[in-house]
Parts: sequence; structure tokens; C-alpha cells
Amino acid sequence: MDKLMLLGDEAIAHAGMDAGMSGIYAYPGTPSTEIMEYVQNSHRAAKENIFCQWSANEKTAMEAALGMSYTGKRSMVCMKHVGLNVAADPFMNAAITGVNGGFLIVVADDPSMHSSQNEQDSRYYGKFAMIPVLEPLNQQEAYDMVFYGFELSERYRLPVMLRITTRLAHSRSAVVPSKKIMQKQVALPADPVQFVLLPAIARRRYRGLIEMQPDLAAESESSGWNTFTDGSDKSVGYIACGLAHNYLIEAYRGKQLSNPVLRIGQYPLPEKLVEKLTAGCEKVIVLEEGYPLVEELLRGLPAVKNISGRIDGTLPRDGELNPDIVSRVLGLSANEGPPVPDVVKNRPPSFCSGCGHIDMFNALLEAIEGYGPGRVFSDIGCYTLGALPPFNAINSCVDMGASVTMAKGAADGGLHPAVSVIGDSTFTHSGMTGLLDAVNDGSPITVLIGDNSTTGMTGGQKSSATGRIEDICAGLGVEPGHIKTINPLKKHHQENVEIISRELEYKGVSVVIARRECIQVAMRRKKEEKTKN
Amino acid sequence: MQTDIIIAGVGGQGILSIAACIGMAALKSDLHLKQSEVHGMSQRGGAVQSNMRISDKEIVSDLIPLGAARLILSVEPMEGLRYLPWLAADGWLVSNTTPVKNISDYPDTDEIISEIRSLGNHVIIDADSIAKGAGSPRSSNMVMLGAASPYIGIEYLLLEEAVRDIFKRKGKDVVDVNIEALRAGRNYK
Repeated sequence: MDKLMLLGDEAIAHAGMDAGMSGIYAYPGTPSTEIMEYVQNSHRAAKENIFCQWSANEKTAMEAALGMSYTGKRSMVCMKHVGLNVAADPFMNAAITGVNGGFLIVVADDPSMHSSQNEQDSRYYGKFAMIPVLEPLNQQEAYDMVFYGFELSERYRLPVMLRITTRLAHSRSAVVPSKKIMQKQVALPADPVQFVLLPAIARRRYRGLIEMQPDLAAESESSGWNTFTDGSDKSVGYIACGLAHNYLIEAYRGKQLSNPVLRIGQYPLPEKLVEKLTAGCEKVIVLEEGYPLVEELLRGLPAVKNISGRIDGTLPRDGELNPDIVSRVLGLSANEGPPVPDVVKNRPPSFCSGCGHIDMFNALLEAIEGYGPGRVFSDIGCYTLGALPPFNAINSCVDMGASVTMAKGAADGGLHPAVSVIGDSTFTHSGMTGLLDAVNDGSPITVLIGDNSTTGMTGGQKSSATGRIEDICAGLGVEPGHIKTINPLKKHHQENVEIISRELEYKGVSVVIARRECIQVAMRRKKEEKTKN
Repeated sequence: MQTDIIIAGVGGQGILSIAACIGMAALKSDLHLKQSEVHGMSQRGGAVQSNMRISDKEIVSDLIPLGAARLILSVEPMEGLRYLPWLAADGWLVSNTTPVKNISDYPDTDEIISEIRSLGNHVIIDADSIAKGAGSPRSSNMVMLGAASPYIGIEYLLLEEAVRDIFKRKGKDVVDVNIEALRAGRNYK
């Protein structure tokens, strides 16, 4: 087989297609976006009829993928770590319903928050739901684990989580693909009530899940992804999870690593292997990417003593690991180059020159000037950059959709005007239901929808809202006279300020749609049209 | 043999194209490769870098340790300085001179250039002018790749082959201007 040069994300996508996946569901989110994009850009997906459209949000994606698994086919759902919060309801319950066709939940965590609001660790969710979690340490393993994950899922009729982190998602290396598996035929679940979580059925299913735990633990004990390597130096033993194992090996490059090492790539944690490592070692250092999940578990085992890791400060409690952090912990010296000269300044991201959001914020800032500061709630997207100078235009960014509901709460508390700034894609992801609440309660808010007709921040994926925002707002009950559309261009500035000003004064729910295509997407579209002609 | 390279610049400057060319050439040399990229929000005009590791042995870590990079290839002068702690004692900084001034407190360019000059092993090249001279202002990233090519540890002609392969889809004209830009950088003295 030919070697392929693939990002970790792409290796997972490629493996999905090779492993007979019939559909992939996702909402774009860094660092997981490229999984879906790879399938969408492959000719195979169309030829082999693999479903690969973006969903409105991670919850709908998770449920649709579960529905495909219901038919006996293999399905995949992908998201970033905070997306799993959105999909947490079906996620937890899918562990109770179990699955029919192989069901792989791929979650890309973002330690160091390169593009995120927090750095939560999805392995906790896997443990919370009591399902197996796989954690690859390189692109080849990411590929191979997709096959293994589908098989494991079908063997136990359970969802399986594949957890990666930013570094693997966005790093490229050689991958050798394996043999292709055909897609499955439709075959409904043998147990007709498996997916009906009425309490009586759910109780039975839940007990089944609990009873399965020793078997899942036994799988981990014998898994090829969990390997124990003995060593003569028992003063320290290492437990290294996922990518942390790479940094351990890198730190010892050229030197003899003579300590026992347990590498973890499959959970639940293999306790017997842990005991094998800890039995002879004076001290154990846990190296893991994310939260101190394994370290916490070890501290709960009575036989295991002298544990170090992220909890006791041996490793930093937050942020991504790297070879230098691990080297320092091991007492191996790092060779630092020259320091960064003082002349170097920070270069934060900024709006693309010519972006419509710039004109939208300029109009909003002028319209709201007389009311005093602290009245603009915003959301997750390119427009979050409105928080930075020179705009300093927004006062909140909490989670997808929170701009609308926080503005509503503030308005309910007497703040007027209370403004929500949200993008078109975020609006259909999680803003619509909040707007319905505001309409039902007559909360006086103005929702400014920055409609660039795409999912901008993640690189221009399809937005479910394109062409239907006015209809959605009217359908949710916003007065048609208070649904305004403006064109955020410099030449319309005065007119736009006036429209926004009028709606700020209105003591009900109003929506102003600032519509201009994302400049990046427009450039790409024009280039494509030029090549076609 | 192991070559660790940091490619530095600002989002949208063609860093990933440089990385793709080096990666393709490494594959043609039958070498192992790891290339870590920056995606997402940082690409909106922020500082971006790619860690590239090329070796005849298996590479374990996607990230380069401090003080290990043989080469920092910087398509923007200030951005190269940002990654100096990763530069090996005998490593090279190959930097473009044209600044990207998308921040209000961008420092004095002369000060940046003199910081680069104070390093032992450096190449300072006005890649934008050279690309313009070669008839393709947008190929300054290929000029930079050419200028850095002596320090990459891959046979130069394989880089040309890689550029041909990567730009093939875009037609012969695009291939030609990029090859010319690459050569102009390679021959820069």
C-alpha cells in the first residue's frame, strides 16, 4: 500500500472511509473541522454514497449519527471538546441505548486553548458515560484505531470515543492504509426496544452497561494500545497517555531509558497493568495531555503510593505538554536557544481587511454610544474579535448561543438596551431557541446577526442559516416590522447607524441582520468561478 | 540525520505551501516526516508557525524541543525572532525583510533587522522584491524556500520536483513562476 501524508484529522477521515463508514456528522470546530472536510473533498464519498453534510450543531450531529447506527451501518460523529457539551445529552444516553452499527465519537480536545474557551478533557466524558475511550499517539494509530473502534463498538454494541488533541489533529505524517471494508447493509436492532429509554427499559439497559464494565476493563488489560515495558531503574516508573508518550521518548532521545513505562492508549484504565508498574517502583510520574484523569484514579488506589503529575505540580496543571516540559520533569536538561528579543511584539489575530464585521461594529458602536458601556453580549465566531482594540465592542463571549440568552437575562434584569451580537451559523447552532424564549417573554433585546453567509472562523463551511434568517426570526415570532436587514459597508454607515439606533429604542424583540458575504469565501468563490470559465 | 525546521510568518503568507513542498521532497527522499500546523482563529492575521521534522529514523514527537532547530525559515522578519529559543547553537535563521504591519505597535524594522544580524548564522533576503523581479509577486514564499534550501538537508532538485508536483493542478504557468522564484532564492547571494 502507498504511504499517505495525512493530518491526524485526515487519517481519521480516511480510515472511516476505508472501514466502511456510511456517514459522518459534525459541526465545524477547531481542531476537529478537517475530519469532515477531508471526507467532503474526497471523490470517494460521493461515489460510495457516504453521507457527509454539516449539521446545525453537535447535538443534532450526534443524534443523526446514532440514527444511522440504528440501521446497522457504521457512523461517525466529530466535534471539538466544547461541542461535546452541546451533544452531552444524546452522548450520555447513547451509552444506555447502546448502538447497532459501529458508532465512533471523535472528540478533538484543545489543551492550551489555541482556538477555544476552555481546555476540558473529554476522557472524563468517556468515563462519565462508561464507554471505551481510545487515545492515539500518532497519525498511524489514529488511522488504525478507527478500525479497532468500529469493531469494539460492534462487539459490545456501545459507542466508542476516539479522543485526540490539537497537536495530533493538526500534525501531518506518513500513514499506511489497510484493506478496505465494505459498507454494511441495513439491519435493524435485534432488540426492538433497545433505543426506547422509558424508565423501565432504561434501568435494564443501564444495569447492562454496568455489568459490561469488567469486560471493558479486561479489554483494556489485554489491549495492544496499552503496553508495559519493564526497566531496571525502579526509582521512578512512568505512565504516559497518548502524545505524552512521544514526549517521554523524545526527552530520552540518545539516552538510555531504563525505567518501567506503561503507555496508555485505551480506557477504562487497565488497573492490573497499573499495579504491575507501581508494584516495584518507589515513585510514579503520570504524563497525560489534558486533565489529571489518570493521576486522580491512581490516587484512589490503596496499593499505589507516591504519585506525581499535574495535581502535585510536578507538571503544569494547565496547557499542552511538549518535549521541554517533560524533559524538565525527568531532570534531563533542555538546550534553549537565544531568548526572544524585546523588539518582538505580540501579533493577535484580527479581522481580515475588508471584513463586513468591521463595518457592523462601527455602526453598532456609534448607535450605542450614548447609552454607556457594558450592553453588548456576543458569541463564538470571527466577530468575537470585536472584543479586541480598536473596537472593544463586546462585553461577553461564553458559549455558542449565549449572546441571545444573556442579553435576554440582562434585559429581564432591567438593562436597556441589551444587545446580542451573533453570527449566522452560531444563530442556527444555538441562538434560535434563545430568541424564542425572548419572544415568548417579550424581553426587550436587539439581536444583531452578523450574517456573512458561512461558518467563517473555521474556514468557510456551509451555514445552515444561509438564505433563511428572516424566515426563521419571523417564524419564531419576531414582529416582521422589527426584522431589518442592513448592508455593512462604509458607504451605508449613516443609514445603518440610524436603523440600529431605532431598534435599540424599541421595547420588544428586534433583529438586525448585517448581511455581507465573508471576504475569504467571496474571494475563493470568485477564483473558482474564474477557473471554471 | 535529523533536520528540525520552524517555518514562521503571519496567517495567509503561504507557510503551509512551503511546508508542503519540503514535505513532498522529504517523501521523495524516502525520509520520515512530521509537520505540525496552526489552524483556526490564529490564521486571521496572527502569528503562525509550522514545526517540521525530517529524519532518516522514526520521529516520535510532533513538536521540536527548544534549542534543536537547524533552521528557522521566516517569511516575515519579526516572526523569525519569536522562535529563537528553538534555534540550535549552530542553526540558521533565514529571513525575509518585508514586514507585515497589521498591529499598531509594530517595531522599527531596522531594529528587527539588526537583531537578526546579531545572530551568527543568518541570511537576510528581500524576497518580495526578488519575487517581483521574477515576475510573480505572490511567489515570495518560494523565493524564501530557495534561499533556505542549502540548510534543509534535502537535495535541491527534489525541492524543484516537489514544487512541480504541488502546483501541477494549477497549470504550467503557475509551476513555471514558482520554479523561477525558487531558483532566484536559491541563487541569491
